[in-house]
Amino acid sequence: MDLFLNLGLGFETAFSPVNIAFCFIGVLLGTLVGVLPGIGPTATIAMLLPLTLALSPATSLIMLAGIYYGAQYGGSTTAILVNLPGESASAVTAIDGYQMARQGRAGPALAAAALGSFFAGSVATLVLVLFAPPLTAVALEFGPAEYFSLVVLGLISSVALAHGSVLKALAMIVLGLLLGLVGTDIYTGEQRFTLGRLELADGINFVAVAVGVFGIAEILRNLEEEHDRDVAVRHVSGLMPSREDLRRIAAPVLRGTALGSLLGILPGGGHVLASFAAYTVEKKVSRTPERFGKGAIEGVAAPEAANNAGAQTSFIPMLTLGIPANPVMALMIGAMIIQGITPGPNVAIDEPALFWGLIVSMWVGNLLLVVLNLPLIGLWVRMLSIPYYVLFPAILTFSAIGVYSINNNAFDLFAVAVFGLLGYVLVKFECEPAPLLLGFVLGPMLEEHLRRAMIIARGDPLVFLQRPISAVLLGLAALALVIVLMPNVAKKREEVFHEEE
Amino acid sequence: MSFNIKDIGAGLIFIAIGLLFGLGAMNLDLGTPLRMGPGYFPLILAGLLVALGLAIVAYGIGHSATGRLTVPWRGLLLILPAPVVFGLTVRGLGLAPALALVALISAFASRRMSVPLAIALTVGLTVFCVLVFSLGLGLPLRLFGPWLGA
Repeated sequence: MDLFLNLGLGFETAFSPVNIAFCFIGVLLGTLVGVLPGIGPTATIAMLLPLTLALSPATSLIMLAGIYYGAQYGGSTTAILVNLPGESASAVTAIDGYQMARQGRAGPALAAAALGSFFAGSVATLVLVLFAPPLTAVALEFGPAEYFSLVVLGLISSVALAHGSVLKALAMIVLGLLLGLVGTDIYTGEQRFTLGRLELADGINFVAVAVGVFGIAEILRNLEEEHDRDVAVRHVSGLMPSREDLRRIAAPVLRGTALGSLLGILPGGGHVLASFAAYTVEKKVSRTPERFGKGAIEGVAAPEAANNAGAQTSFIPMLTLGIPANPVMALMIGAMIIQGITPGPNVAIDEPALFWGLIVSMWVGNLLLVVLNLPLIGLWVRMLSIPYYVLFPAILTFSAIGVYSINNNAFDLFAVAVFGLLGYVLVKFECEPAPLLLGFVLGPMLEEHLRRAMIIARGDPLVFLQRPISAVLLGLAALALVIVLMPNVAKKREEVFHEEE
Repeated sequence: MSFNIKDIGAGLIFIAIGLLFGLGAMNLDLGTPLRMGPGYFPLILAGLLVALGLAIVAYGIGHSATGRLTVPWRGLLLILPAPVVFGLTVRGLGLAPALALVALISAFASRRMSVPLAIALTVGLTVFCVLVFSLGLGLPLRLFGPWLGA
């Protein structure tokens, strides 16, 4: 069978010594940076991305994926130990995890998170193996009109899942799309919005935008109020959960995995929604809902499983359609483009070793996480006590050298400063940066498909509604937009995100 | 008259950027819907951005702001120039001094930083980066540049 052949190729790639080594380094580095409070997976990957560009495409993507799981797991560790979640997905873990830590049960909480994540990661990887090939086959049938509508749907649903104002999120997307168009026009070769700078002919450096908007803006925000961190635990002992704990988390982990795998595929950051939904479900089905919020181990295991499953399945739209479901996937796509790979259904056909190697490496990465994290927990606890004012000079130096090393180009560093400032000001005005990054990555794709579709349809814009798949996708996008704009839904949405914070 | 400074500020930024892109797009060939020129799609997006900006401003009038805006001047003035200084000096001074400058400048962005700690941090970070990037990853950058007579 093809599937086994492919998986064999995947195992061969993922288990090559170089790839295992870089997967390991990625997981280690990701956890190391992810543990640092206030730095989420997106910022972590943005900062570490330049490090991977010297590697071969497959190895670099495997390492990036490793950084992603590592950063996520590191974020959960921080959420449990200091109640400072690095991203909204681990905010849910903090609710019960931190309470467990305060009761001296940090060990079982961390173990539940690790084991839940590992199980969920393994299952979600299987989901990916089963669903990626048929989706790729469907995607190959897509014409430019379908692609255009699909990108629109992806962008609109990222609005639905962003925090805060829908209008602002829409504006951030459009701003991202515009910034993504800077550079040479692919049809005419004309320079657009380059201000006469040669450095902009290839577009604004993607890594510079990501480091600026996520890294620099994040540092500035953290500098507003510097306060000491209250580390609940200095020493974590008694890691292994009791038999009772294991019995308690079995069903929640299963439910979390199912929910996460399903929601992760949704474009627009479904894994954030997944951890939140998993927590709510556990609270609903529990016979003792009053324990939630006071250190219930189910409240740690289920969202962690959901989160990790969702993180895994969010690779499905990225790998098969070339459409990022969340800012982390946008970074992966950016890395692919820098490596000279065109994201989309062709990746599976043109680069089977990369495609299947990446998938298998996800499972390897999850295994490494368990092996790595539980024994090294003492190190992570010590990382937590590094003061922030020592950290950010380090982050800045790494980012500076990393961004410069991509093109050996000083201009990219000016761009980092400009986008750092822009990102910070916009965040202060309560605009989420994630939609901007999605727009930035998808801008060129959206325009290309629009122009191609219009040429094929002889300039008739109705083509987007006449082709059935395209019409359905646009209909879904319109529906999503109407739903989030409806007053009562808007109110409910605000409540959900508030509770989450 | 109450207004939300965060909405108005964000809206104005979007309007300004939209207008800039719009003006830029007008100078490009717009083409026709059948054969869109380089300016066609950007002009649509710029118009959309201005419209969204206007809507955000309109929404902000009549709603009062929540929370105060504090400006971390010290952070802004020291963090933002750090990458710029690196970009300007990495060729001339070389990698090691440029790294040291970034570390030193950004270290003082925190009020809690002391001079001895900043110096120790600068030396430590510079040595670490040189070891990792130059010797470890073999980044083809000169450690000390022509401005230093090297």
